[in-house]
Amino acid sequence: MNLTVKTTISWLEKFDEKIQVNKDLLTDLDQAIGDGDHGINMSRGLTEVMKTLESKSFQTIGDLIKGVAMTLIGKVGGASGPLYGSAFLKMGAKIGAKEQLSDEELLEALKEGEQAIIQRGKASVGEKTMVDVWSPLLEDFSQETHINWEDLKVAAHEKMTGTKDLHAKKGRAAYLGARSVGHIDPGAMSSYLLFESLAETMMEGENNNG
Amino acid sequence: MDRVSLVFVSHSADIVKGLKALLYEMQPAVSIGIAGGEEGGGIGTNAFDIKAALESVHSPKGTVILFDLGSALINAELAIEMLDDPSNIRIADAPILEGGYSAVVEAGFGSDVGKVVEAAEKAKEMQKVHRS
Repeated sequence: MNLTVKTTISWLEKFDEKIQVNKDLLTDLDQAIGDGDHGINMSRGLTEVMKTLESKSFQTIGDLIKGVAMTLIGKVGGASGPLYGSAFLKMGAKIGAKEQLSDEELLEALKEGEQAIIQRGKASVGEKTMVDVWSPLLEDFSQETHINWEDLKVAAHEKMTGTKDLHAKKGRAAYLGARSVGHIDPGAMSSYLLFESLAETMMEGENNNG
Repeated sequence: MDRVSLVFVSHSADIVKGLKALLYEMQPAVSIGIAGGEEGGGIGTNAFDIKAALESVHSPKGTVILFDLGSALINAELAIEMLDDPSNIRIADAPILEGGYSAVVEAGFGSDVGKVVEAAEKAKEMQKVHRS
């Protein structure tokens, strides 16, 4: 199924639902190894994103994604606002004026987002950050022309739980050093929710189309 | 005389407000922009606020940014990228208070942006207590 403006909105609505449901979990994860504001920040950010989607209409996926980026940058404090914001900004620029995206084009856009997170956060794989979901997941699917979304969802979950064993090198968690081991990274968790939302949206679309 | 301007970025609005007052007493000739906290008074940083602070004290001689913790840097870099003219803006790797103090003195002399960054970064080595 191709991603359209309509399915992009469904994706973001699903992401918002999951963030609101998991707000306390994200906060608990962040209280364990960070400054404890990830749940609150993501919850507020996605509430604002929903307001943006209601108040404006978008003709292209690129404009929609850029609108989301500006909202996240302006409304979400902590590192998650500028990191997710930069990712969406670069994805929006890559997508441009397209009205629908094939799986290959979507993967290319997500790859741009991943690069923006790496560049902005200066994190690499293995440092217990959201990069540990984005990078290995997109690497796994980089050769796919038709994504099996159930597989992607399962893989994203694996990458997320894999951050538990990592020793934090970035962000506030780095101050904890070895004591960060044993906790799932909150940014990896919210990134998992983003990919889970995308996978579920695409699977629903495929089922509806028979 | 043109002087390098300073912009302070903190997770707390009160921290940068207090810092600006402290430094103004030291050297009122240097323009100081501040960006701290989130809208509604929360703790955090915001790239649009930092961009506005940079624009408010724009100097042809340049601007040096000092920040407190992690995401303040991420947002400061994002703010610079969003500017129409991002030239001559530097981020100092320095403690915000002691570095700010050294920077405002150096900027007050009319030094260039590189010298102001250098002065701020030297503050990391400042010995505050001389134990016998």
